[in-house]
Amino acid sequence: MSSYIPNTAADRARMLDAMGVDSVEELFDVIPAEKRYPGLALPGPLSEIEVRRLLRGLAEKNADLDHHPCFLGAGSYHHFIPSVVDHIVRRGEFYTAYTPYQPEVSQGTLTSIYEFQTMVCALTGMDVANASMYDGATALAEAGLMAARVTRRYRLLVAASSHPTHRRVLRTYTQGMGIEIQEVRRSEDGSIDASHAEELLDDGVAALMVQNPNFLGCLEDLALLSDLAHAVGALLVVSVDPVALGLFKAPGDLSADIVVGEGQSLGSPPSYGGPCLGLFACREKHLRQMPGRLVGMTTDAKGRRGFVLTLQPREQHIRREKATSNICSNEALVALAAAVYMAVMGKQGLRQVAELSYHKAHYAAEGIAAVPGYERLLGAFFKEFVIRTPVSPSVVNGRLWDRGIIGGYDLTAEYPDLTGCLLFCVTEMNTKNEIDGLVEVLKEIAEEG
Amino acid sequence: MMQPLLFELGSPGRAGYSLPELDVPASGLPLDLLREELPLPELTEREVVQHFTRLSQLNFSVDTGFYPLGSCTMKYNPKMHEEVARYAGFTQIHPWQHESTVQGALQLMYELQKYLAEITGLPAVSLEPVAGAHGELTGMLIIRAHHLARGEESRTTVLVPDSAHGTNPASAAMCGYRVATLLSDQRGNIDVCELDRLMDQSVAGLMLTNPNTLGLFEEHILQVAEIVHGRGGLIYCDGANMNALLGIAKPGELGADVLHLNLHKTFSTPHGGGGPGGGATAVTDELSAFLPTPVVACREPGGADAQDVKYYLDYDRPGSIGPVSGFYGNFGVMVKAYAYLRSLGESGLREVAENAVLNANYILHQLRGYYDLPYDRSCLHECVFSGKVQAKLGVHTLDIAKRLIDLGFHPPTVYFPLNVDEALMIEPTETESIATLDAFVAAMRQIAVEAERDPEGVLGAPRTTPVGRLDEVGAARKPNLRWHGNHLLEE
Repeated sequence: MSSYIPNTAADRARMLDAMGVDSVEELFDVIPAEKRYPGLALPGPLSEIEVRRLLRGLAEKNADLDHHPCFLGAGSYHHFIPSVVDHIVRRGEFYTAYTPYQPEVSQGTLTSIYEFQTMVCALTGMDVANASMYDGATALAEAGLMAARVTRRYRLLVAASSHPTHRRVLRTYTQGMGIEIQEVRRSEDGSIDASHAEELLDDGVAALMVQNPNFLGCLEDLALLSDLAHAVGALLVVSVDPVALGLFKAPGDLSADIVVGEGQSLGSPPSYGGPCLGLFACREKHLRQMPGRLVGMTTDAKGRRGFVLTLQPREQHIRREKATSNICSNEALVALAAAVYMAVMGKQGLRQVAELSYHKAHYAAEGIAAVPGYERLLGAFFKEFVIRTPVSPSVVNGRLWDRGIIGGYDLTAEYPDLTGCLLFCVTEMNTKNEIDGLVEVLKEIAEEG
Repeated sequence: MMQPLLFELGSPGRAGYSLPELDVPASGLPLDLLREELPLPELTEREVVQHFTRLSQLNFSVDTGFYPLGSCTMKYNPKMHEEVARYAGFTQIHPWQHESTVQGALQLMYELQKYLAEITGLPAVSLEPVAGAHGELTGMLIIRAHHLARGEESRTTVLVPDSAHGTNPASAAMCGYRVATLLSDQRGNIDVCELDRLMDQSVAGLMLTNPNTLGLFEEHILQVAEIVHGRGGLIYCDGANMNALLGIAKPGELGADVLHLNLHKTFSTPHGGGGPGGGATAVTDELSAFLPTPVVACREPGGADAQDVKYYLDYDRPGSIGPVSGFYGNFGVMVKAYAYLRSLGESGLREVAENAVLNANYILHQLRGYYDLPYDRSCLHECVFSGKVQAKLGVHTLDIAKRLIDLGFHPPTVYFPLNVDEALMIEPTETESIATLDAFVAAMRQIAVEAERDPEGVLGAPRTTPVGRLDEVGAARKPNLRWHGNHLLEE
């Protein structure tokens, strides 16, 4: 058994002797005696062999995407990760470093964050991006708080077509802040009901918050929505899928004021929902209201280029209760993975991933919709689409699983009007064989009734 | 020579990836919605690997040297953690998979909740917060929910000691609380008289770090708890310094009602250069109803439900403050914390705390007399000196920090806590040897001597790094936060 501790009994004796202290226990005399050494009912220590065996056993109780075709998305995605990404992330110089508070010995982390910020700006079309937030959900929540600070207004309109959990996290984050949240209905085709948005928008609204592609996979008309929001002085907050931005217009080019998103698709596995990566970008004029860390370029006394954490007076360790956010640790290593991913996929690769996902998803949607009993609902989509199933979604998923296929996301609980519908996701990881197999099994399910 | 940026490398037409050909018929793309250009780099895989490998070599890290950064617990990160966390059964599982297909993941989470409850003495645990500050926000929202449920809307203030980490007041403010600062007493404890004066019906609770950021155990903790609880308040304990107390004391038995742990500090999951972390938050039974949704639960054997879903995600919690993140927290981090706990067990955890505290006291003892010690009593896992003697000679704490870099060490945390002038906060952790501690002590003593004899020499540090001290004022005045091109390399 190892606690990774180098001190031997002799070392300890030497140290205690130097200090003139009789025993290590004496150092804890300050703790009330009746509370000291409570005893911990924990399993006994294990060797490395035993821990690895134990963990492998737990891992093998899970059905993983290496062995099962998967058609789940809904906020966490199975995209290709080039081997180089993990190779870099596993370097001890990156993953055993702390937040880069001492820039002279942290140029590796600082430079990679600056590159990450630059590429997030490129992807989103925005002026500035931060070093990351926890995930897409908290990035959206922080965008809501930031919009309230910028506009000094305390009502947020959020599209019902955006991620249900993200909307809940927004409510969690704003519950003590005197901010009111209203949801904007969905229209027939699955996108936000723009006339309802227009109805709710007035000069008390801080931001209109939408997701594109939305939770149901559909594409929103951002140009129209930004016009509506800006007409009353509200900000437009857009939550994005960064892979979609390989193909579609950047929200920054469609007048979005804050762009957030879940960045896990950029080089990190689903990992049962975490670690994730919160993307956060905004306009330069709102920079000082932005949450989170920022890295800036500067020089040393000899004029050599270097990078530092900057604009820290926005942050908690300087401003304390007046900070723009309480965030300190973020998802730095996941952001590094995203930077490596964007670097290696580059201009052509990300577009190709997006196109492969688009075409395969459309092929799957057409194939499924052609099976009697199944119907594709809603309008234009990217890589996720809604299918009404002939038997209940849970039965469909159960039967798919009998064949080793991980089916779609059951919309019943979150969208009562879409009871009996599944949200399928298809990416470049799904082969034609897998898609044809899915369609085949769905057909059998319909026939069996 | 500095490493060029990604944007200064590569060439149009280069690619670093390979993807399969489209194996299905193409569908029509919505042409009016497509972007014209995507200004990302064009590099080969070899260029990308070389670039990031070179960048990594510009970092100081635990793997390369002693990193005594106070309050950050930069202990050694076991390599086995990296291996087990990458099993496909952990990384390649989707958060919306049916519970029956992820029983191993849920079992791990359930057991981790149980172990953390045991260690903290607080029976209900949420693994959902992904960082320390996230745990603070979660915990303070729980405290708020508790008071609202009792109709005590008048409790709008939170007391925060002057020694607290900046996230504490910031987290309280994000819950809508007014923050009142509590001063420390002569021995570095919370001033009990001041607490007694301030703690009334308008106060929701006290946020406290124990051991505090001076590395000192709150000597009057039981009295503090009695005052706060006696007047209807709750105690939030910041568990950032839990490394000192593993197996030594349970915060729940010392009066804490809510506590967050930093899995990336105490449980060595590592820090990752600033995350991903884990901010597991533990609460009393009384507060468990308010935990974020979902919590991992276990069905009793012999229940009516199918056996293949023994472990499940419990969303049915009407009192919950709501979810605090998109899924269930940083699962990958939980795997590492679990591996650490199973490796160490109770005896190993207690050894961790004992050696962490021994090492910190050894440094405190060896540097006493060389640097001012504002609170001269034995510490727990870290010790805080003041550089004020050296500052009078014109050598400030920042200069001491930079000189340490040239001598091969990562500097301690500097200028924190705020209630110590010219603070130097040193946390050696349990994974460093006496030889390393002695070398660090020798370096610190050398700098103290240099401050007297050759202050100019110290002021010019660091000299061994790829860049010298950087112009932070200039960086903030004219922020350059992304590559615009045309900033060619100097030299």
